[in-house]
Amino acid sequence: MTNVLELRGITKRFPGVLANDNISISLREGKILALLGENGAGKTTLMNILYGLYKPDEGQILVRGKEVNIQDPNDAIANGIGMVHQHFMLVPVMTVAENVMLGVEPTKNGVFLDKAKVANRIREISNQYGLEVDPASYIKDLPVGIQQRVEIIKVLYRQADILILDEPTAVLTPQEVDGLFKILQTLIDKGKSIIFITHKLKEVMHAADDITVIRLGKVVGSIDPKEATPEKLATMMVGRDVNLVVDKKPAKASESALVVNQLYVRDERQNPAVQGVSFEVRKGEVLGIAGVQGNGQTELVYALTGLLPIDSGTIQLLNEPLHNTSPRHILERGVAHIPEDRQRHGLILSFPIHDNMMLCTYYKNPFAKGISLQEKSIFSNAEELVKQYDVRTPNIYVNAGTLSGGNQQKVIVAREFSRPIELLIASQPTRGLDVGSIEYIHKQIIKKRDEGAGVIVVSSELDEILALSDRIAVMYKGQIMDILEASKVNKEHLGLLMAGIHPSETSTKN
Amino acid sequence: MSETVPPPKKVEIQKNNLSFGQVLLVPSLAVLTGLIIGGIVIAISGASVIDAYGALFTGSFGSPTELIEGIRVLFSTGDHTVLVKAIYPFTESLVTATPYIFAGLSVALGFRCGLFNIGAEGQFFIGALCSAYVGYSIKGLPMIIHLPLALLGGALGGAVWGMIPGYLKARFGAHEVVNTIMMNWIAFRLSDWLLNGPMKASGFRPVTPNVQASAELPRFFADPLRFNWGFVLALVMAYVVYWFLFKTTLGFEVRSVGANPDAAKYAGMNIIKNFVMVMALAGGLAGLAGSAQVLGVDHWVGQGFSAGYGFDAIALALLGKSHPFGVVLAALLFGFLRSGATDMQSMAGIPIDIISIIQGLVIVFIAAPDIIRWLYRIRSIKTEETVLTRGWGK
Repeated sequence: MTNVLELRGITKRFPGVLANDNISISLREGKILALLGENGAGKTTLMNILYGLYKPDEGQILVRGKEVNIQDPNDAIANGIGMVHQHFMLVPVMTVAENVMLGVEPTKNGVFLDKAKVANRIREISNQYGLEVDPASYIKDLPVGIQQRVEIIKVLYRQADILILDEPTAVLTPQEVDGLFKILQTLIDKGKSIIFITHKLKEVMHAADDITVIRLGKVVGSIDPKEATPEKLATMMVGRDVNLVVDKKPAKASESALVVNQLYVRDERQNPAVQGVSFEVRKGEVLGIAGVQGNGQTELVYALTGLLPIDSGTIQLLNEPLHNTSPRHILERGVAHIPEDRQRHGLILSFPIHDNMMLCTYYKNPFAKGISLQEKSIFSNAEELVKQYDVRTPNIYVNAGTLSGGNQQKVIVAREFSRPIELLIASQPTRGLDVGSIEYIHKQIIKKRDEGAGVIVVSSELDEILALSDRIAVMYKGQIMDILEASKVNKEHLGLLMAGIHPSETSTKN
Repeated sequence: MSETVPPPKKVEIQKNNLSFGQVLLVPSLAVLTGLIIGGIVIAISGASVIDAYGALFTGSFGSPTELIEGIRVLFSTGDHTVLVKAIYPFTESLVTATPYIFAGLSVALGFRCGLFNIGAEGQFFIGALCSAYVGYSIKGLPMIIHLPLALLGGALGGAVWGMIPGYLKARFGAHEVVNTIMMNWIAFRLSDWLLNGPMKASGFRPVTPNVQASAELPRFFADPLRFNWGFVLALVMAYVVYWFLFKTTLGFEVRSVGANPDAAKYAGMNIIKNFVMVMALAGGLAGLAGSAQVLGVDHWVGQGFSAGYGFDAIALALLGKSHPFGVVLAALLFGFLRSGATDMQSMAGIPIDIISIIQGLVIVFIAAPDIIRWLYRIRSIKTEETVLTRGWGK
């Protein structure tokens, strides 16, 4: 079988960093190549070189055996290379057809847009590859999974036959991931070739024909998915043995920390989001909240932390009402919050690390005397936390925005764990993080539990929920479907609950 | 035999804190480039660039020969009149820079909180009118009470004028850009009415009476030098604003709200309170610009009193990167340019508008620093862009 694409000896230097060091990879025709590596390993840099966004310092790119010179994305497209970015490049207020034609608009009489032609072409592509989507619907009304389809259609519309997908599953629910894999299979059946960038181990084994692992800008090796195990891949990726299972003793749950009763919350657009949720979290246990994203988990957490007002119901922390108080009041009662969107809520990216390390306690001793900030204490606090939580940074004076995602998350964890806490709310605590960081953050969360804090973990990754929780609540359409002992559940059961189906109901029907 | 010295090892260190020189490099080159292009414009218009910039220089700094002559006369005869005349242009530049410093601080403070205070001009007017009123209407107070009272009046007047849009934003989400502009118009028309009615001095001209001597900011020299304590007060305020922003918990909140309001809310900060507070403080600073102008320089308020200080202040805050010390440097630059321009017009016959062109160019280069980096082949240093304002309704 021929290689449809080959990269030979690609080297790319940035000031002070060797992002790609003599990387060679090849993509077989009609196959899926998974490019596996931690965040910051150089995968995205490599693909940006291939797509003409960066120029390599050394190395060659061969398409179908011929060396090509790719100066910009137009050259890449001309060579049949298309890219689906991790962050979608779609205009929300435009229709699918309008988004697809952006940049290559066909016209009638040279002036008027020929939307009908585009819509027909989209339908053709949809039928051919099983990418169902209505060309007339608006992007903003579509779920993330469908938006990704639009991105793929965009690439196919431009007649690419080599597709690069950058972290395509990062934003998808488990069901959508399955859908995506089906689409990828159809694409290769129709003769396309795919490079699939990821740091998730299981899906690589599931979907790829070849796996190439990159670490610190170098190719570590290639492996046949049939021979790969998650442990093997993780070790190749991280460069040391990684413990994929969280070590934890059985919970020693004691008295109740948080009691939520009949909670109703509206989202930022005033639509009902949480509809009558009740649960309890005890000290020393982890309550996992599972569910497909967008079923009210975000709003539940915002209500618990004071970021959204509640419609009705009560929230009590150690028998003290917390509902409709201020975020500051809730913080001071000992609630720590690792927010779902670390760059929106968790950090001020343009502030140095030392300021982010005291973001919630800046007005307190020892960081302030009266209104005067105490720089000495602020700096020494940050130095200590950076060391204790192993934040990889040149110093504490650099802006938080310069850190990698994993290290940004460590800053938040360090800050939130450094004050006395009764309740920890961790929302998507490891989203987008690499294996090493996930392992670390999971350990820290369990450590807090063992120190006697009540813990709520909200995650759309079932593996994470199963790894951390003592009890699991499943949310669907703003309500809790069921709360289960973690030791007694399996994935299938949870999956059904996440889809809004009570397993007992189906069994009676069958 | 010559010994070969191995070249020192180059170590690249990623540094976040830029040195003073690095910070000043682009603005300095922006000013230089503005002057060069301004020179080309002057040349095209048929005048002598050397004459024009010579006049600009002597008009803003004074003539070196006159200065030496002044010192010589002072030492040989003890007569200081010549020297005073020689330093006159320099002190006038500082006088012009004074309201610029206050107003620039006002806009910069707003930017730090993510607020765009276009209302400095209106706040300036209100501050001036309040100070003038306190200054002329109260009689018989000693200076130690009257002067602070007059300054306070101006600051409070401006603060109220700034706080109204701040409150409207906090309470109703009304964008401060619209409201500060509207408040400007209210201030202009209100002052027209006051100057033609309740606050009008006897006589034909629509001006207020002169403030009492006890409310005047003392001058350092005898007439005609107008250089006064207002300049010192402006420098002190620049330091106070710096201290407030970077050394206090209140300033930390202001900067947090400006840089990331969501994270500020997460951290338990009261965003609405900060909006109102910052608009009030910004209004107070712009009000003080008016106060300093009335109490230190003019001693009365007339129509068209401001000459656009409040609007130039937006440019100053941009030029100074919203940092109090940057604002002082930018205000000094504008002070020297504006003050020197008068001489350039009268001595070299170059229209004063050329200074506006130069200022405009400098702003363009500051707003688009890549032009300067490209022109001078400077490698860009990655820093976080300061958030100036946010979109509607946020």
